[in-house]
Amino acid sequence: MATPTIRVQQDAFDPGAEIAGLAAGRTDVGGIASFSGVCRADDGLRAMVLEHYPGMTERALGRIAAEACARWPLTGCTIIHRVGRLLPGDPIVLVVTASAHRMAALESCAFLIDWLKTRAPFWKHEELADGSTRWVEARAADEDAAARWAAA
Amino acid sequence: MQILYFAWVRQKIGLAEEQVTPPEQVRDVAGLIAWLAARSPGHAAAFADPKQVRAAVNQEFCAPDAPVAPGDEVAFFPPVTGG
Repeated sequence: MATPTIRVQQDAFDPGAEIAGLAAGRTDVGGIASFSGVCRADDGLRAMVLEHYPGMTERALGRIAAEACARWPLTGCTIIHRVGRLLPGDPIVLVVTASAHRMAALESCAFLIDWLKTRAPFWKHEELADGSTRWVEARAADEDAAARWAAA
Repeated sequence: MQILYFAWVRQKIGLAEEQVTPPEQVRDVAGLIAWLAARSPGHAAAFADPKQVRAAVNQEFCAPDAPVAPGDEVAFFPPVTGG
């Protein structure tokens, strides 16, 4: 079973390098899927500050990744989530999954981002162009997306 | 008992964490919320609608009826919005 890579960091990441890394030095990988989440400039967003729960965040992400590895025959799995202040256009999150075949990679990638959005302790605080700030509210659609994978 | 607050719960209370010693009759998350809400106007504001607040005990998401005990790390926060 794959050993997931979990990173919570302020710094930017290189999706290309992370994707290549899951195939490097091995010949059993047939498909690699990735999801990149990007900071979107809705409603005059000037910046977004991502807060998290150090310690619990890594545990929660590790558990979600372990669940993906148990459900699909993955050869590799990487989750990187940024924290701190991000600007529109900045990457926020990266999920990469690798497997012998495409379906396991694609499905597990979708599963990971769906569960991450509802089961990992991050909170987004938005700074708007008029100087006001607001906390992003959880969306029912995210709960529905996570629920389609059914609870373990 | 170590209590942690995140996001708007932290802002309303004005603290990121505090050490508390609840009375013995506080045995679960819901009881802890009721007891904490009486500590200050900020606490009262943060816990005014407990349904809007989520909890974790020892870094595991928990329901309001989850037990709490001395030595636990208990966190309160809004529904998560990462990704």
